[in-house]
Amino acid sequence: MRRIISVLLENEPGALSRVVGLFSQRNYNIETLTVAPTEDETLSRLTVTTTGSDKVIEQITKQLNKLIEVVKLVDLTEGSHIERELMLVKLKATGSQRAEIKRTVDIFRGQIVDVTSSVYTVQLAGDSEKLDGFIQAVGTSGVLEVVRTGVSGIARGEKVLSL
Amino acid sequence: MELLSGADMLIRSLQDEGIEYIYGYPGGAALHIYDALFRQDNVKHILVRHEQAAVHMADGYARATGKPGTVLVTSGPGATNTITGIATAFMDSIPMVVLCGQVASTLIGEDAFQETDMIGVSRPVVKHNLSVRHPEEIPEVIRKAYYIASTGRPGPVVVDIPKDMTTPNERYEYVFPKKIKLRSYNPAIRGHAGQIKKAVDMLLAAKRPIIYAGGGVILGKASGQLTELVRMLGYPITNTLMGIGCYPASDKQHLGWLGMHGTYESNMAMHHSDLILCVGARFDDRVTNATEKFCPGARIVHIDIDPASISKTIDADVPIVGPVDAVLKEMITLVRESKEKPDADAIASWWKQIEEWRAFHGMRYETSADTIKPQEVIETLCRLTKGEAFVTSDVGQHQMFAAQYYKFDKPNRWINSGGLGTMGFGFPAAMGVKLTHPDDEVLCITGEGSIQMNIQELSTCKQYNLPVKIINLNNQALGMVKQWQDMNYESRHSQSYMESLPDFIKLAEAYGHVGVRIDRKEDLETKLKEVLAMKDELVFVDIYVDRFEHVYPMQVARGSMKDMWLSKTERV
Repeated sequence: MRRIISVLLENEPGALSRVVGLFSQRNYNIETLTVAPTEDETLSRLTVTTTGSDKVIEQITKQLNKLIEVVKLVDLTEGSHIERELMLVKLKATGSQRAEIKRTVDIFRGQIVDVTSSVYTVQLAGDSEKLDGFIQAVGTSGVLEVVRTGVSGIARGEKVLSL
Repeated sequence: MELLSGADMLIRSLQDEGIEYIYGYPGGAALHIYDALFRQDNVKHILVRHEQAAVHMADGYARATGKPGTVLVTSGPGATNTITGIATAFMDSIPMVVLCGQVASTLIGEDAFQETDMIGVSRPVVKHNLSVRHPEEIPEVIRKAYYIASTGRPGPVVVDIPKDMTTPNERYEYVFPKKIKLRSYNPAIRGHAGQIKKAVDMLLAAKRPIIYAGGGVILGKASGQLTELVRMLGYPITNTLMGIGCYPASDKQHLGWLGMHGTYESNMAMHHSDLILCVGARFDDRVTNATEKFCPGARIVHIDIDPASISKTIDADVPIVGPVDAVLKEMITLVRESKEKPDADAIASWWKQIEEWRAFHGMRYETSADTIKPQEVIETLCRLTKGEAFVTSDVGQHQMFAAQYYKFDKPNRWINSGGLGTMGFGFPAAMGVKLTHPDDEVLCITGEGSIQMNIQELSTCKQYNLPVKIINLNNQALGMVKQWQDMNYESRHSQSYMESLPDFIKLAEAYGHVGVRIDRKEDLETKLKEVLAMKDELVFVDIYVDRFEHVYPMQVARGSMKDMWLSKTERV
């Protein structure tokens, strides 16, 4: 099952490599990984999406917690949550394609953020399925380049992950 | 205000931390530190002949004393040579701090002479590693390193020290922190009261209970509490290879150790139990055999300081995260105060069954009129040293024989590389023990394969007068490899014997020690007595043992705990 694990990590050199190393060392999957400092500059927030049986996920969270630099973590998929990913896509856009792409971008509530005579660069945010859906809708033949940030997530409601 | 250079701060921090000995080897990046070491007398340095041995020495010291060991090496090859030792300590949760020199911070990343990314190289085999980024940080980094290494589930910590952090003429204020607090590291200090209560209720209601104790009992200094609880309950106890000595082996409630080469009765009792109380063990694959066939009727209570050890391979019904001594103490109080008592009839019939298993096999082996059996050597040594020696071992058949036939009644006396299985561990570990236990008998039980992996340390023993006794069970082959080849590869002995063994007697003599060869059965006891009487000499005892002996019992691969070979021909 796919899980989103969100981690508060000491913002120190080498901390990220411990997290990534743990996954490869113990043969766990990383599907996406995002990391950036938080409003408290001593802390980074790291979000990793992974798959595995309940037993594997339990081990992942326990092993992550064992890392000295991991301050706190939560498996967001255990409760209701919001997940977002940002995608930038370069699309071939000439002739009649231009209007068609514009319509699809509007339907997906994306934005065209750069334009040349033959290329549109589209920015789109949403959960991973929505981003996959957009690529399907425009058709892979017109796609020149895709950049995705990987998943970020946050719990719904009052629950917060903080010190 | 006291101003010190980084190198002086480092040594002063070690003094303030109460470190008596460090084991190491100098080199370019560590020279400022070695100079600071020279200018004081409190911290004593032991110069080894290979960095790997320094780590095993620190490890032996830590296992025998319960205190963290300390290693000092230079950058590059000095640092990488410690890796096997660090991994050995990591697998067995041994507290240790490894101080590594590093090229100057201005050179890091430039492939400088003797540069290795030690933080990266060591990462998978340390509890944590730290690098010094400013000389002023040194006291805090050192304090932190020992704190992390020795609390919670202990383990090795590497500290990487770039050479420019220790420059002699740059001085800073020295402040040794009194306390260390890390917001992201808070090991449990007691178990969950509700869980402990539940565990005690289950223990008292059990009909076929068994206690399964591990190295965590020794690391957690909880042998006293464990022994008290087990005697109070009157239940059978087994322990892992790492847990040997956590409960007296001579006690009638003790079934011996369990697992791949454990006793018949302990493996049978585990398999047929209805309740397993696991204390500081981790259901390692050398214990459980095939996990899907593991103890089908048993419910499991698992006490461990490390939550990740619980339900990793075998699911626990009642997990208890906490230090074993504190949890056992609470359990003792609850058992004492409980109105419920163990079911006397059920426990009596459980013991009757266990005694039948014990009588069925025990630790028998076939003796021979003319060849020396390795088991006999260990039994003789155990008798002659009254079971009170510190025994270190290397890895292989001799390790199993030593663990099976030497009866340990006290913790911290059986010292072996259980998790990583490191050949070459035993001799330097014995040196680390002897250094701090000069009046105790220290035996290194080894084989002609393992001993050659760190034999250069004979030189270190001469320098520091470390009269350990090396008991070389010489079967002229890599015995355990050969045993597996006999059992699984139709006796094709691929690369498992050595055609040109050295003359170990001359070798010992060349290093200034005594060598004794024993190859006749009738000489065994008298010669061993003579060896043990040479209190001030390192004696290398080369004993020619039966070349064809196998270690039994041996669990059948992919079977359950009760599936065992009891000899070359008997399988149950």
